Amino acid sequence: MPLIDLSKTSLRDLNASLHKLTADTNETLWTIVNPAGEHSIAAGVDAPITINIDGPVGYYCGGMNKHATIVVEGSAGQGVGENMMSGLIRVRGDASQSAGATGRGGLLIVEGNASARCGISMKGIDIVVKGSIGHLSAFMGQSGRLVVFGEAGEALGDSIYEAHLYVRGAVAGLGADCVEKEMRDEHRAELAELLKAAGEEHKIDVSEFRRYGSARQLYNFNIDNVDAY
Amino acid sequence: MTQHERTWIPTSPRKSSTFDDYTLSEIRRAAATGIYDIRGGGSKRKLPTFDDLLMLGASMSRYPLEGYREKCGTDVVLGTRFAKKPIQLAIPITIAGMSFGSLSAHAKDALGRGASLAGTSTTTGDGGMTPEERGQSKILVYQYLPSRYGMNPDDLRKADAIEIVIGQGAKPGGGGMLLGQKISDRVAEMRQLPKGIDQRSACRHPDWTGADDLEIKINELREITDWEKPIYLKIGASRPYYDTALAVKSGADVVVLDGMQGGTAATQEVFIEHVGIPLLSAIRPAVQALQDLGMHRKVQLIVSGGIRNGADVAKALALGADAVAIGSAALVALGDNDPKWEAEYQALGTTAGAYDDWHEGKDPAGITTQTPELSQRLDPVVAGRRLANYLKVMTLEAQTLARACGKNHLHNLEPEDLVAVTIEAAAMARVPLAGTNWIPGAII
Repeated sequence: MPLIDLSKTSLRDLNASLHKLTADTNETLWTIVNPAGEHSIAAGVDAPITINIDGPVGYYCGGMNKHATIVVEGSAGQGVGENMMSGLIRVRGDASQSAGATGRGGLLIVEGNASARCGISMKGIDIVVKGSIGHLSAFMGQSGRLVVFGEAGEALGDSIYEAHLYVRGAVAGLGADCVEKEMRDEHRAELAELLKAAGEEHKIDVSEFRRYGSARQLYNFNIDNVDAY
Repeated sequence: MTQHERTWIPTSPRKSSTFDDYTLSEIRRAAATGIYDIRGGGSKRKLPTFDDLLMLGASMSRYPLEGYREKCGTDVVLGTRFAKKPIQLAIPITIAGMSFGSLSAHAKDALGRGASLAGTSTTTGDGGMTPEERGQSKILVYQYLPSRYGMNPDDLRKADAIEIVIGQGAKPGGGGMLLGQKISDRVAEMRQLPKGIDQRSACRHPDWTGADDLEIKINELREITDWEKPIYLKIGASRPYYDTALAVKSGADVVVLDGMQGGTAATQEVFIEHVGIPLLSAIRPAVQALQDLGMHRKVQLIVSGGIRNGADVAKALALGADAVAIGSAALVALGDNDPKWEAEYQALGTTAGAYDDWHEGKDPAGITTQTPELSQRLDPVVAGRRLANYLKVMTLEAQTLARACGKNHLHNLEPEDLVAVTIEAAAMARVPLAGTNWIPGAII
């Protein structure tokens, strides 16, 4: 059970140690103290371990994560879990902009609010935000699911492809080609599954959410659509 | 003279320079279709180029080197600033980033083979790394683009260097679009989008804004790859002095500067022809920025955009670049726009040498297409050998010029080896007009 004090150990040494771990490592629980907003903590991990970070982190915490479970006991800076491939990242506090950007798999949970561009260009990641999200979230979202307990800012899902968006609160505005869609049983089931994965099952009623996705009107370039932008 | 005789004095029909044939055809096309023209390639307008510079061979004041006997080195090391594993190239000519998607798998395969035979690197593009490309490329640069199509840490670690793309010369400030007709099953899978729909590439990165953020992003990529890989920053030439300075500030190992003659898979004609600056005008400000920061030769400079032959290579290096990159010329070496397909070019309403509708995926040469019947026309082994031959000739040409200037390595070429034959080129390249000591615009 390694305990790393980032006031004494360099970020480089920490990440180098994490990168050396293999799938069958016995060192499966890591604790990092005094993160003090350092950037790129636990970026590029590729092992089924749990990393508890005792405090706030800077940019790109858990970037490109594979298999690891990372828990941030504080807030996270820009691009938490960017391009993550698998595993789970939980932020107990708020997350800055571009949370889960381009993520290709895994689950990102933000217990506070997320900022602008949450889930931008998402490519298969699941994101659950218990608070609200900022403008231009899920911009060009290709696939994956974004669940928001609170509200969404302007231009939600602008130029969205096939990502699924579920928002419980008010949406300030939808972006180009993003529309509200019918919530059918399969969507309620999908949402329930996501809430369960996030540890929020039975705490919140899936029927309170509304679903948004692509109108698929801008999938192929058509000059008659130029006014849509 | 009678009235009848006066009316019979003919004048030649005169076409307008302003409204020339191309302009008229473009007005008619726009009027008929209501849409702007999209095409591939780089700027086709006449621009100041390296042809406007001449090299000063040695004579009384400098000794030349013997052409067929004395050594003239060509190797270059890229990424010496921070990377644990810098890139070592046998020649200072690299292959620029071009995507699988815009190019066929065979074309990417051939680029890798040709580059490897010549001892240089090739580069992925917007669409990820294919196993064929990694397999055939001894040295592979992995592009990190705003779209992040196919991005993953495993490929990042398989790469020999990482190139963060801020922009490209054909369209500084622009994103991209791969039209649905080129989205095969494989391209769709690699980009994680449905088949047949247009795939847009954003013009801004999704998780950083500005040089301060970029510095943190670069450090993240270094952390993920354990500080092994050189990190390049590719910029489209528009404000090269400031962009190069900011690239250095952000922590780049290598700056890739692409002039407006650099090609694109598909962009609006108006963008290609009216945004950005020619490579000739971009190199000296970039070198100046490196020199002002004490980083010239410490952060290496690769320049691209219209490089065609060994003379261009020698002149670019004399102006202060460490290496060049070629894209359009490499495709021509593979077989792009070859006159042997003239009948098919005619059927597409164009002619060999002018074909640029690369986005339509109908390339008779089988290079800018995903259609199996067309892409099979390109033999990767033969095409790779052609590219290697071409790279060898360029290198020999550059060496010939360097020896004539008395240089035992291409990197010893310097601005003092050059003069310009036009005032414009003299001002842009900051070398004297031939026969004078006048550098227009120089602050004395």
